[in-house]
Amino acid sequence: MFISWLTEPLQYEFMQRGMIAAVLVGIVCAVVGTYVVLRGMAFFGDALAHTILPGIAVGYLISGGARDTLFWWALGTAVIAAWGIGAISKQAEIKEDTAIGIIFAGMFALGIALISTVQSYAVDLSHFLFGDVLGVSEQNLWFIVIFGAMILFTIGALYKEFLTLSFDPVLAMTLRLPVNLLNNILLGLIAVTVAISLQTVGVALMVAMLVTPAATAYLLTYRLPAMMGLAALFATLSSVIGLYLSYYLSIASGASIVLTATLFFVAAFLWKKRKSG
Amino acid sequence: MRYNGRAALDNVTFNLRVGERVAVVGPNGAGKSTLFKVVSGVLQPNTGEVTISGSQPLVHSCIAYVPQRSQVDWSFPVSVADVVMMGRSAKLGPFNFPKKRDWDFVNHALKTVDLENLSARQISQLSGGQQQRMFIARALAQEAELMLMDEPLTGLDTPAQEGLLDLLDTLREQKVTVMVATHDLDQAAKHFDRIMLLNKKIISFGAPGEVLNAENLLVAYGGRYKAVDDSCCEEGHDHVH
Repeated sequence: MFISWLTEPLQYEFMQRGMIAAVLVGIVCAVVGTYVVLRGMAFFGDALAHTILPGIAVGYLISGGARDTLFWWALGTAVIAAWGIGAISKQAEIKEDTAIGIIFAGMFALGIALISTVQSYAVDLSHFLFGDVLGVSEQNLWFIVIFGAMILFTIGALYKEFLTLSFDPVLAMTLRLPVNLLNNILLGLIAVTVAISLQTVGVALMVAMLVTPAATAYLLTYRLPAMMGLAALFATLSSVIGLYLSYYLSIASGASIVLTATLFFVAAFLWKKRKSG
Repeated sequence: MRYNGRAALDNVTFNLRVGERVAVVGPNGAGKSTLFKVVSGVLQPNTGEVTISGSQPLVHSCIAYVPQRSQVDWSFPVSVADVVMMGRSAKLGPFNFPKKRDWDFVNHALKTVDLENLSARQISQLSGGQQQRMFIARALAQEAELMLMDEPLTGLDTPAQEGLLDLLDTLREQKVTVMVATHDLDQAAKHFDRIMLLNKKIISFGAPGEVLNAENLLVAYGGRYKAVDDSCCEEGHDHVH
């Protein structure tokens, strides 16, 4: 009974692909998200995800609604936006979060405006905003595998550099680590993560995948490798459970995954409160 | 060592001797932190240059900056050993993970500061004195020849302060030069070889007896120097979580 409950959705190929995509994206987001949480970049991540909408819109208009090339548009816009926001937030004239807020809302509005010129825009817009994990193509899955592996490899290879830079930037400078380069690499990694997550959770819910599993893990451990591992575990569980809930309760997949992740966070938060209080 | 900066600091030039212990004193805003940041290469002087043993600090990692405890994110998920290992991260180079030699440095540094039994603790579980010693261990793991400590005694209770001062003696034996920023003139006079009295520029630099006279202090602090008595050091909130 329970077994058939579990296997029934997986007889559909789109469910299998969606499941694999959601888990892979969840793991990559969780590991990258560890740094997003520790460095207090949640707002940056949210803004970055929204900022890529005009890029996707242009790709969407040029390709006449085809979705296969959208990944490259998302990737290009995300990298440019990440470094752009990174550079602008260093200007002293206006506070960092205000600058990010202005750019992010403006770009998001531009994206909506562009997409609204197409007749069927409501459906497509909602896919970009909230994701469509069951619409993941095989090609899309390959992008996720290849770029996800590159992201995880980079995080592993530069582990101690990112750790030192995040914990104590002054130490990183006295040690003559290439601080600016490392910061830009990290921004680039977040950007690529946003691009590969577009299809599964969409721009509006992206920040939850970056922040929520990592924050849950943060409550439960005090070693960085354990935090990354636990975050990946919570992301995996959220993706799998979320997709089953989505299938059986007929709720939107992205929202279902994010809600599951949120429940894990609330549970961890209450458990921690009870333990320490 | 020479430094010629502007604005926050003006025309500061001085020499240090290997293994000596210098207290940097002066009123708030005198540029003590700025001086340390310029010497360690974190800030670039607008004009002038810093040379250490004849080379620029840009190619040196033999200088360690020991941060003020209030400027550290103590909830960060790292252990004491993790933090000390960070001192090795430049020597390791990208893509490399710590080798036995690096662990030897870390373990030896932890032993020197008497924290080897606490190496697996999360950093917020240390007392204030232990936290300060952890950063000194990190500087040792970095193989620093010059350590710059920003208000290391602030907020420590008396036993923790004494433990730290003992540790400074150990550092002297290891030929490590130490510069300590402090606002406690009594402590500076008692425990340091030389005192640098700073307020935008060096007002006086020499043995405590020569530096701490009424005339110099009046120049440095204006009429306010009596107010800097060690009042805020005595409260000592050295707490364990």
